[in-house]
Amino acid sequence: MRTRSRFRNPIGKFRVNRTDDCIACGKCVEICPYGVHVERRGQVFVENNYLCVGTECPEPCYKACPVQALSVRRNPVFDTLGDFRWTNELLASTWYMAEFGESPSAGLEYKVGNSGGGFDKLRLIFNGNRSRLEDIPDDDIDVSLELNRRDDNAYRIRIEVPVYGGGMSYGSVSVTTMVSRARAAAALGTLSCTGEGGYPDELKPYDDHMITQVATGLFGVKEETIQRVKIVEFKYAQGAKPGLGGHLLGDKVTPGVARMREAVVGYPLFSPFPFHSVYSVEDHKKHVDWIKAINPKALVSVKVSTPTDVDMVAVGSYYAGAHIIIHLDGSYGGTGAAPDIAKKNIAMPIEYAVPKVHRFLQEEGVRDKMTVIASGGIRTPHDVAKIIALGADGVCTGTADLVALECVRCQNCESGRGCARGIATTDTELSELMNIEWGAQRIINMYLAWRKELIRILRKLGMKSIKELVGRTECLVHLDYM
Amino acid sequence: MPSKYMIHTKPVPNRFEPVSRSGIIAWEEGCLKCAVCVKKRCIYDVYDKRGIDSRHMIESIDNLCMNCYRCVQNCPKELIHKSLNPEFNAMGDSHWSPPIIVRLWKQSQTGKIPVSGAGYPGPFSGPGFDSMWTDMSEIVRPTRDGIHGREYISTAVDIGKTPEHLMFNHSDTLEGEVPSIIDIPLPILLKMPSFGTISSNTIKGWAMGARRLGTFIALPMEKIDSALEDMGGWLMPLVLPKGTSIGNIPKNAKIIEIPWTEEWQGVVEDIKGCFPNIFVSIRIPMAEGMDEKALSLARGGISIIHLEGSLMSRFMDDNTRNLKDGIRSVHMKLVEENIRDGVTLLASGGLAMAEHVAKAIICGADTVFVDFPILIALECRMCRRCTKGLSCPVEIDTASPNWVASRVVNLIGAWHNQLIEVMGAMGIRDARRLRGEVGRAMFFDDMDRAAFESMGQVEEGCELE
Repeated sequence: MRTRSRFRNPIGKFRVNRTDDCIACGKCVEICPYGVHVERRGQVFVENNYLCVGTECPEPCYKACPVQALSVRRNPVFDTLGDFRWTNELLASTWYMAEFGESPSAGLEYKVGNSGGGFDKLRLIFNGNRSRLEDIPDDDIDVSLELNRRDDNAYRIRIEVPVYGGGMSYGSVSVTTMVSRARAAAALGTLSCTGEGGYPDELKPYDDHMITQVATGLFGVKEETIQRVKIVEFKYAQGAKPGLGGHLLGDKVTPGVARMREAVVGYPLFSPFPFHSVYSVEDHKKHVDWIKAINPKALVSVKVSTPTDVDMVAVGSYYAGAHIIIHLDGSYGGTGAAPDIAKKNIAMPIEYAVPKVHRFLQEEGVRDKMTVIASGGIRTPHDVAKIIALGADGVCTGTADLVALECVRCQNCESGRGCARGIATTDTELSELMNIEWGAQRIINMYLAWRKELIRILRKLGMKSIKELVGRTECLVHLDYM
Repeated sequence: MPSKYMIHTKPVPNRFEPVSRSGIIAWEEGCLKCAVCVKKRCIYDVYDKRGIDSRHMIESIDNLCMNCYRCVQNCPKELIHKSLNPEFNAMGDSHWSPPIIVRLWKQSQTGKIPVSGAGYPGPFSGPGFDSMWTDMSEIVRPTRDGIHGREYISTAVDIGKTPEHLMFNHSDTLEGEVPSIIDIPLPILLKMPSFGTISSNTIKGWAMGARRLGTFIALPMEKIDSALEDMGGWLMPLVLPKGTSIGNIPKNAKIIEIPWTEEWQGVVEDIKGCFPNIFVSIRIPMAEGMDEKALSLARGGISIIHLEGSLMSRFMDDNTRNLKDGIRSVHMKLVEENIRDGVTLLASGGLAMAEHVAKAIICGADTVFVDFPILIALECRMCRRCTKGLSCPVEIDTASPNWVASRVVNLIGAWHNQLIEVMGAMGIRDARRLRGEVGRAMFFDDMDRAAFESMGQVEEGCELE
């Protein structure tokens, strides 16, 4: 369902200018395939600048205009947006997906960013000779993922898309954002995660689609919250600040947050690093046993960052028993506030960690007993396909969800009252900039666009199921090694 | 345990309006005069706080703007725009890039480490230090929490020759010579940049900064004037064998430098003749043949070797080779020859970010010099007008010594905390143990090849996407 921007003027790559020479003939309204121009009460306006695809347009209005009243140029505002990883093109195409539920048809690069390495240098490779399953309907191409790989009495959980929402706590984001993500997850048959900051009652209707996080601060963790969910995630580290703890600045500890976290209003909260009770795999097993005692059928996910020995951490988690989802959070992702030095330098990018872990688990003979989830810099459906081909089973998203909610990546989430756009804030006034219906639908639309792209990719690869893609590195080519 | 080393920072205002990446353009023509204008609804109140710096005619609004785009996206007549500031991208060069310069300004102003939300926005990797990552610990290894004060992480390092072992006689007293070392509380020395509109006040400010940090500033002998009379203990003068007279070395100097020369032995003897207890460091340009030079110095009993790279963090004679690889090469040479612990290896050249300190040490340096960042701390834009004899746009030479010292202390304070962050994540509690720990680092060349080398095959008729 089309879900427009919350803002009056969505930012696009191009701007169309109409001079006073316009005779309101309506030619542009008629030919524009994208709905840029509208006619109202005998007058013609440029209403949807952001939908213009510029020179890629098959029916350019500026050429067809009988009085040359139209011109198209690049929007200078567009060039102030974005960065190497999330380019302005990726931001705009994600906004497009969140509005229309489809990938943009022209004018925007929606597949790769500009980081000059990893995902942005990898390409999917389609063999011209392989059969492409052109005539199979979308519904017969399976993109679902079974999370419990062991044959026992724990919950069987299948998610309908190989993507679920990564942990973002109440405090770092608003309840509206959390509920939007949860509602989208429920609608799509996947999951969302509470993060470490309590489990607001507003999420009760979505309990079957929630993961709750246990992290070092144990903020808001209660027996009752562990029993509400089917998956419990231990957060040992997070990609944004590997080796460092969580930190919620005093400004963001509003009365609501303080109540949820059982803390004091206005005081900063530190989630220490590491779990001082876990210095070995045996200690980790003790953690798993606690969860099992409280919620025997729960699946346990272990969220770890990516040190040099990430493969040992993964296999250690396996031997600690339980129903392991190993969630690798690469160093370039993250949504919360973190020191720039940590984000850039500490721990390895997810593109290196996944193949390393995948290979090691295969050699140990336990790969098919574990579910490997990758996160930390997954921006596009193409990133999803690439990381699965490198050896993951599925992915978690964070930043992409926020971009769907019209995050512009100003990076000021942590300061003052939080996000000026009402996404990553607990300020009551700012939170009201967004409502749940709108937020949920934007995320649903983005995920649906991703799903369509994944199905299109699988079809071109001649695969009927996304499971066939796991670890198939021959489906990838790296531009530096061609 | 020694008392905890803390660098006390406090905000020090800029003297000039910083150059910002993008600017706001707000047209008046066509304005509807809405009852509640979007400008009034700015949550950062930038439209109310704005002002004009009358001397430079620069609007402060562009530095106040936090880029939330709400006014841009809500103005009913679309009269507000943002656009890139060409002056911003024109700053510096490929190594001293605009984002690096801006971040150095900010740290010098606030004394705080740069923190931001929403993940890492930069390139995947890059040349030099950008092609390595540092390690962290989880589950199978403990980390250290140094920042929030629960654990003590020492950044102190020794300069000079540390003995391999101590010898005690039968009555349990130390036998032989007591090792002579200089202990500095952080692995950072300051070094006067090779250009800049630098006045006597600037140098005095840097020396005061070095004193407050407990470290030294390296500078040419001829720059030492009467204003620095009581600062000798914090200076590290560069003594040119020909040209400067040894007698002019400040009396309380603890350490001096001399440039590499084949006749270094004679020079060192001359100096030791006048100053028997002084430490002498020898500067070797990072260039072809440096491994052998370093080895000969180490074997000849020189305990401090300074590897000097270029302004761009490269070799002096080869712009394609990086400081990182030069440090590794000399370090490994000394390790192979079993002489590494007899030498303190100092490294300098284009270290521009806090992470470079940690990475240079991981590559094998004991301590590093920070050169141009102490100029950029004073709002330098790396425009190099001064090298052409033109005036400095931020009038660095007019800054007071106190302001200079506080800005440098803020910058190094922020770097020190970042070093602790990196060490804490690795689980290393002593900077001396960080040296040469390449096993706790990840190098792009190895990692990238291991992950992707096999992915180069493209058959005829294949489509890439």
